[in-house]
Amino acid sequence: MAERAAAVANAPPRLLVVLAVFAAMLAVAPFVGIYPVFLMKALCFALFACAFNLLIGFGGLLSFGHAMFLGTAGYVCAYAAKRWGFTPELAILTGTAASALLGVIVGALAIRRQGIYFAMITLAMAQMIFFFYLQTPFTHGEDGIQSVPRGKLFGLLDLSGTLPMYYLVLLIFLAAFLLIYRVIHSPFGQVLKAIRENEPRAISLGYDTDRYKLLAFILSAVLAGLAGATKAIVFQLASLTDVHWTMSGEVVLMTLLGGMGTIFGPVVGAFVIVSLENYLAPFGQWVTVITGAIFVVCVLAFRRGIVGELSAWWLKRGR
Amino acid sequence: MTEIFGIPVQALFGQLLIGLINGAFYAMLSLGLAVIFGLLNIINFSHGAQYMLGAFCAYFLLEWAGVGYWWALLIAPIVVGLTGVIIERTMLSRLYKLDHLYGLLLTFGLALVFQGVFTNYYGSSGQPYHLPDEFAGAFNLGFMFLPKYRAWVILASVIVCGTTWFVIERTKLGSYLRAATENPAMVQAFGINVPRMITLTYGFGVALAAFAGVMAAPIYQVSPLMGANLIIVVFAVVVIGGMGSILGAVITGFGLGVIEGLTKVFYAEASNTVIFVIMVIVLLIKPAGLFGRER
Repeated sequence: MAERAAAVANAPPRLLVVLAVFAAMLAVAPFVGIYPVFLMKALCFALFACAFNLLIGFGGLLSFGHAMFLGTAGYVCAYAAKRWGFTPELAILTGTAASALLGVIVGALAIRRQGIYFAMITLAMAQMIFFFYLQTPFTHGEDGIQSVPRGKLFGLLDLSGTLPMYYLVLLIFLAAFLLIYRVIHSPFGQVLKAIRENEPRAISLGYDTDRYKLLAFILSAVLAGLAGATKAIVFQLASLTDVHWTMSGEVVLMTLLGGMGTIFGPVVGAFVIVSLENYLAPFGQWVTVITGAIFVVCVLAFRRGIVGELSAWWLKRGR
Repeated sequence: MTEIFGIPVQALFGQLLIGLINGAFYAMLSLGLAVIFGLLNIINFSHGAQYMLGAFCAYFLLEWAGVGYWWALLIAPIVVGLTGVIIERTMLSRLYKLDHLYGLLLTFGLALVFQGVFTNYYGSSGQPYHLPDEFAGAFNLGFMFLPKYRAWVILASVIVCGTTWFVIERTKLGSYLRAATENPAMVQAFGINVPRMITLTYGFGVALAAFAGVMAAPIYQVSPLMGANLIIVVFAVVVIGGMGSILGAVITGFGLGVIEGLTKVFYAEASNTVIFVIMVIVLLIKPAGLFGRER
């Protein structure tokens, strides 16, 4: 997976400009007729995909069980907000912390194997977590935790309106995105990339690669959890859908379609897939077929993804 | 002797039998995965979907053409195996030079396509498959009744796994296969058509999944998602056993099936997760798997 590296290398400052434009567009989007609920859903999934991309795109680790972090944070956040009456920011933090804890445990186990085994182990662990949530009473099984109160941010700002909620989601997304950007361009991110390209060499250079991989895994779990907890507050619901393996597959697809290892790729992928699902919702099961077909096409002909292909085209044109 | 550890002996042996049946399927499926992985270095995510295709193939043969179980047992693996050959030739063969993870992603996509198409026409509920008449009834073993078909499933699974083991470990063809697993370039240099061997291996692995699907049709109902959840358990089985050895895959498959069955007797709540818990323990003690080696 060497081709994805090129997109990251070029010009960090320009990326910040793109980010600023992107943020401004999102800030005015609700006023130009774009449905804020759709935007919030897309942003939550974009954050989820970015978290996943941190692991595959920069660490070379394909997790096929990332839904467990999304779902765990969602359940814990929803429970904290509904049963314990936590304010939304505390509920989101609690959910994210739960996901971090899970990330520590699963990560420590999963990094014992590489490549394909890593994917299978994460998938199996996620399935175990899924069965746990299916059987344990606090999740209410198939019903999920419903009508979670959005509450008042810091006990002051009422989030039951769509716009305040939207701007909170946007703020969370941008903060997380900047964090990911910082991590990727930090020495830590560079070591991670070295491990992805050639792990034995990174070891011979004296890096404790297991520790780096575990840290990346936990960080990814935390951010995925943040996405899940936010999503639970936005939709006032935590359900089994978010822990099911199809959700793990979906985030892989978003990242693959947008461009693995690119910074904006997962965001683009998430927006495309979420809008696709919105438009195709009446077609029922054909959505699964189309999702699968996109997978096949991406792998066979479109491995760099949308952003990867665009930036490759841009670089070629510039020469 | 009607109770062991406070459990009625009927229930104990009943669950043991169900465990053995499940184990038979774990063994056949993980065997196919191991064979494919050995030569192609990819994990065939569509294995569960191909198992489902095998079952549906048998169902169509019976419903539309009146072709019975025994012929289905032969025809379905061939048909599904051929689709596997086509998939390998047209898609998978393009990915060998890339990271192995792309093979996983491609077969995952294919699994979604197969499952989506069938769910669209048949919903998620199952279609019953008529049990062949010769299997009606049960053997009376004195302490329990053993339905004839269940006995056949265990027997057939042992035969299929044994034959596969024999072909790979004890014949000339198998030695080519093992050599190509170690060093394909060298085997190619000796004048053996390695690409064709890879294609046939994939076809065989897929046919094995379809065979298991036909075997499963009379026991479990034929449903589009029958393979989806099974395959994740089989992945855990493969992680526990390690994919280094054929015999290891078979033993692990049966063993875990039995453990799962026993869990159902003693602590039913954990029966869904016990295999995953065992996987965690194995990862802690012997990360390469019980019969595996790091590669």
